[in-house]
Amino acid sequence: MNIKIKSVYQIIILIIITTVTILSCNQLDGNNASSSLKAELNESLSGGAATVFDQTVNAFALPIPDLSSQDELLFFVGNSFFNQNWVQAPASTTARDGLGPYFNAKSCSGCHFKDGRGQPPATIGQLSEGFIVRLSIPGKGLNGAPIGDPNYGKQFQDHAIDGVKNEGLFNIDWKIIEGKYPDGKAYELRQPIITFNELNYGNMRSDIMISPRVAPQMIGLGLLEAMDEKAILAFADEADKNNDGISGKPNYVWNAITQKTELGRFGWKANEPTILQQISGALNGDMGISSTHFHDQHILPHQAAAKNAPQGGNPEIENDDLEKLHLYSATLAVPARRDINDENVLAGKQLFKLLNCNSCHIDKMVTGTHPKFTVLSNQTIRPYTDLLLHNMGEGLADNRPDFLATGMEWRTPPLWGIGLFHVVNKHTFYLHDGRARNIEEAILWHGGEAEKSKNDFMQLSEKDRNNLIHFLNSL
Amino acid sequence: MHNFKGSSLLLAVFAGISVLFMTFSCKSEAKSDENELPKAVVKGYADIVFATYNDALLTAKNLESAVSAFLSSPTNENLSSAKTAWLTARKYYGQTEVFRFYDGPIDNGETGVEGLLNAWPLDEVYVDYVEGAPNAGIINNITTYPEINKSLLIEMNEKGGEENISCGYHAIEFMLWGQDLSDKTAGERPVSDFAPGNLINDRRRTYLELTTSLLVEHLQQLNDEWNPEIENNYYKTFVGLAPDVAIQKILTGMGVLSKVELAGERMFTAYDNASQEDEQSCFSDNTKADLMNNIGGIMNVFFGTYVRYDKSNLQVKSIKDLLLLKDVTLYKQTETLLRTCNNDFQNIYQPFDNAIVLEDKRPQVMQAILSVQQLGDQMALIAAALGTSINVNAN
Repeated sequence: MNIKIKSVYQIIILIIITTVTILSCNQLDGNNASSSLKAELNESLSGGAATVFDQTVNAFALPIPDLSSQDELLFFVGNSFFNQNWVQAPASTTARDGLGPYFNAKSCSGCHFKDGRGQPPATIGQLSEGFIVRLSIPGKGLNGAPIGDPNYGKQFQDHAIDGVKNEGLFNIDWKIIEGKYPDGKAYELRQPIITFNELNYGNMRSDIMISPRVAPQMIGLGLLEAMDEKAILAFADEADKNNDGISGKPNYVWNAITQKTELGRFGWKANEPTILQQISGALNGDMGISSTHFHDQHILPHQAAAKNAPQGGNPEIENDDLEKLHLYSATLAVPARRDINDENVLAGKQLFKLLNCNSCHIDKMVTGTHPKFTVLSNQTIRPYTDLLLHNMGEGLADNRPDFLATGMEWRTPPLWGIGLFHVVNKHTFYLHDGRARNIEEAILWHGGEAEKSKNDFMQLSEKDRNNLIHFLNSL
Repeated sequence: MHNFKGSSLLLAVFAGISVLFMTFSCKSEAKSDENELPKAVVKGYADIVFATYNDALLTAKNLESAVSAFLSSPTNENLSSAKTAWLTARKYYGQTEVFRFYDGPIDNGETGVEGLLNAWPLDEVYVDYVEGAPNAGIINNITTYPEINKSLLIEMNEKGGEENISCGYHAIEFMLWGQDLSDKTAGERPVSDFAPGNLINDRRRTYLELTTSLLVEHLQQLNDEWNPEIENNYYKTFVGLAPDVAIQKILTGMGVLSKVELAGERMFTAYDNASQEDEQSCFSDNTKADLMNNIGGIMNVFFGTYVRYDKSNLQVKSIKDLLLLKDVTLYKQTETLLRTCNNDFQNIYQPFDNAIVLEDKRPQVMQAILSVQQLGDQMALIAAALGTSINVNAN
């Protein structure tokens, strides 16, 4: 009897506890359910474990967490090479001489300031702040690469060392294009028109093809390199078999280091296969620094003064230093997203999917195994890219093919970090040549395979359009 | 009996509930006591920050006077006084650097002046002539920069590259010392560079005057943000923060300065490249003192003591007091490690540009790097012991 009564009380207490628990559980669910939209678990971790939480001017400049102590120290050495201004040879500072003879910038950070995004020049002839002009003539060269102009090569260099004439100057005129949303709101876009003047080495070919490009942000490159090729190819739909109007085409490019044709991952046209080749190419093409991988100084037969200019050693960047720069470039972390639970951001995220933006700007994927930095392996990342080529229409076309990329095709650029350009680089210039002065303009430039998504965007109410932009700014 | 038993159970339940309540209420009372020390620590820290910025400002004003005296009479003696004033100013600024890395006034995205005060390494050729380039730099480029004024110096700072530094301590240092072309001595810029009456010299004189004046303005801004007498400034915000949030910031500053800034950027980079270009105060050979001042700043914050420029001693509650309550072993470890760092830094051969190249001097530099890297990780351990967490790998 005693036992029974006791157990009755116990049961009652148990019931009370259970009820309270259930109620509080319901309460919790109810709270979440009050808004139908919610952020996913870990959604703010754009780079998985390689995410950092910094929203200052240094947001793009941080190493991935959990590097070994040794790698962490080497990261900072790489950082110093990234920032340093190269000087004309010969100089007392032998580790950093060899600039030019032709160049666009004196340092990596000149274009990728604070590891961020370049911008079109404000004045003619100024040192590049991350804007270069690629050149080529019709046809395919060795291993499928573009063929440079006979007088100016594949990249126009508007600076040269003392005693050597630069290749000339380029000027940007902005053509203004006006338009209106269906709701009547007006907008204005600008398109760059590049002209060359004061050319010092003769004319360019009349059929010259030119492609202006800004320097992209450096974050998360190691994570993109850690993506399995198969996983990227699974995004491809070159013949548009699923009939959604969106293709996704891999570029296959020449890897001069391995001497093989490989999947292109980096660059505006997915024209570079690896980080190492990308940085060796940039040292060489943008600053005139030779390395183990690229000895050529881009001196054309008629550029006699340049041929006789002193070299800063051979190679000009020692391999050991190049490796540190490589480590640095592969281990820059991705900043976390902000405001992921903000109502407007969540609404914008839903629209991003509704408008099929995520068909190309793929929001979530898992990295494979990185051979060197384990923290980059098997990470769920949110880069908002498929690393593939898409036809983006006439408006954006540079009409300059690059390996398999046609003159209309561009690689989907990763969107992570795009909401922080204004903090890191004090500007909001988007797209391959920085023509878009804000995110809205960047969306409005989408054409070709993205024409439908763009049109759907234009049909949205102003509030919805703003929500979509809020979402993009939270990346 | 049954009822009794039943009611005794009920009683027990009620008793249990009351005990629970009592425990809660006791806890909350105890909590308000426990909060007093953290609050005092936060306020103590803010007072040290103000005192240090105040001295940095004071010594920068002294530098401004010395520069002014030098420009009105450009003699070797006056140049030497200006250099001494710069070295003194560095002593106090160096102790403020532990107040960085948590988005305080110095690093604020919109108004922060760190890059304008202390950016380095500075590419000399961006500012003035160097060996082999007699007409280089903003000073010599009359066509592009017809007038040297403050807004030009601000606009040109970090323009088109992180080594394109036009103002701050190191621009002034380069003005006063010139390029360091010798292993034996610091830079030896001739006084004649500042003789008035020649266009380029006059531009150089203006440059030195304005960049020194900007230094004072920017330090004034920091001073005002941390001045307890001023309303609506960062001092008020900071002391109003929840103590654990403020303590997280305090430890982040100490940890990141140790591990990222000192071990990584300021020491290992120079060590690994064995290059003078990678030492902070390369023109004046003051790098070792800079490093010591940084460690000094960390010790000020940890121990809650600061010796002011006027030799008075500020003593406040600090991280040390919190740690002593929570984990005496960790406190002792930290104290030992701080002394080790200080000794290891002291043991670095002077000048630093020799220490990183001479084979028998390099091990001391490496030893100091390893100690200060460990000090960074130690700050993360302290944070954990105080119930919070920090990331010491980020800057």
